[in-house]
Amino acid sequence: MRDLRPANVIDLRNTQDSGAGADLFPLTVEDLTYQAGGTVLIKGIDLTLGAGGVTVIMGPNGAGKSLLLRLLHGLLEPSGGWIAWGGQPLDDAIRRRQAMVFQRAVMLRRSVAANIDFVLRLRGRADPARRREILEHAGLADRAEQPARLLSGGEQQRLALARALATEPDVLFMDEPTSNLDPASTLVIEDITKAARDRGTKIVFITHDMGQARRLADDVVFMHRGKVLEHSPAAAFFNQPASAEAGDYMAGKIIL
Amino acid sequence: MQDFGEAFFTAFSLLFSFDADLMEVIGLSLRVSLTALLVAGLIGLSIGALLAVTRFPGRGVALVVVNSMMGLPPVVVGLIIYMLLSNAGPLGFLGLLYTPTAMIIAQAVLILPIIAALSRQVIEDLHNEYADQFRSFCVPTGRMMAELLWDARYSLLTVMLAGLGRAMAEVGAVIIVGGNINHLTRVMTTTIALETSKGDLALALGLGVVLLTIALTINAAVMGLNATAKRQAYA
Repeated sequence: MRDLRPANVIDLRNTQDSGAGADLFPLTVEDLTYQAGGTVLIKGIDLTLGAGGVTVIMGPNGAGKSLLLRLLHGLLEPSGGWIAWGGQPLDDAIRRRQAMVFQRAVMLRRSVAANIDFVLRLRGRADPARRREILEHAGLADRAEQPARLLSGGEQQRLALARALATEPDVLFMDEPTSNLDPASTLVIEDITKAARDRGTKIVFITHDMGQARRLADDVVFMHRGKVLEHSPAAAFFNQPASAEAGDYMAGKIIL
Repeated sequence: MQDFGEAFFTAFSLLFSFDADLMEVIGLSLRVSLTALLVAGLIGLSIGALLAVTRFPGRGVALVVVNSMMGLPPVVVGLIIYMLLSNAGPLGFLGLLYTPTAMIIAQAVLILPIIAALSRQVIEDLHNEYADQFRSFCVPTGRMMAELLWDARYSLLTVMLAGLGRAMAEVGAVIIVGGNINHLTRVMTTTIALETSKGDLALALGLGVVLLTIALTINAAVMGLNATAKRQAYA
């Protein structure tokens, strides 16, 4: 298969003024492999991501999108290859500057407010005023005292996103956060995500939803069968994908 | 042999007259078993949480040992504690044999594996749900254990209750290390055993009723609490 690694890094920072997380970039991935139970699931990925903006990862089910995200975030150990954030190997200090929102929100068995307090305390910045601000930003201020697990699916995901952002991450990974949500909730999640991007947080976002990809993406990584087939700026990708598979995928064909 | 009905009548009249001897026995029973629960709870929940979140060589063996120790025979525990605490034993210098403290130790040893094994299961189930999110936030292991213990608190109450039930109900261990000495180490179960063999069924039955009532009350309270917790999706 062809190596479609882009020749140069796509840097999407709006300004030259490098944000707080600039030292984490570029993210360089070299010959990354991951295998489980004798099956090779990630097959030698090379990828370079620049600071800022929203990188959308697309591809059919089983392409390895979630695995790639988990490897980048350090939830999984690679079987081979190299991941470097700004030239540094992934360690806990770097991981603490990242956050992740999962497809199914994990709600602690506590109130909405206590879910936020948990991360604020963890990062040593417990502060009721800050918590109130975070909940207001997520539109959950009036739900503060409710048990988190009784929120609707959309509200839970909003809380999960607010909780992830409460750590003030330089990188935010989002693994199909809106795949089970109604359009109104999806819109709120997207708006909060864009606001985070505008504050300089790098977003890496997996989605199956073509419309969502078009709304959010600054650049697109297209994956298929454990490989990255294409990494292009969003406009180029949606106009004329470089790989036949991506073209078929966007045309709604089943690709095998 | 007394008539069955008469025995019940005597039992209830003893209870409702708050017979001093009876109250003393009930009080000591509660003091011994609740203290044993406190001690075994502190240690057992820590062991349970540790086993739930850590992976180390020999963990499988540790789980088998803890799980099978849930079925420790009370008389065997009593015998071992007796040998440790008797004058010739390694802990004989403490002079604890035939004291309430010895009974607390015996009951704590008896219920520690129950609390450790059951809480390990409860906490591990919850950890499976939280693990990715905790890893993502880089939560340190000790902190993780504390947070899991807190979030599992309602289920763990049921675990503690299982421990208390076992402690209150057992007779084999406390009779060996306590000696069933009147006004000193006599608890409900040892009194029931003694009075039954003496043929004083009324007192034995009265204590039996008290034991059952305490068990029912505690269970009902915990169930009520758990129902509230479930409504709030905390359990």
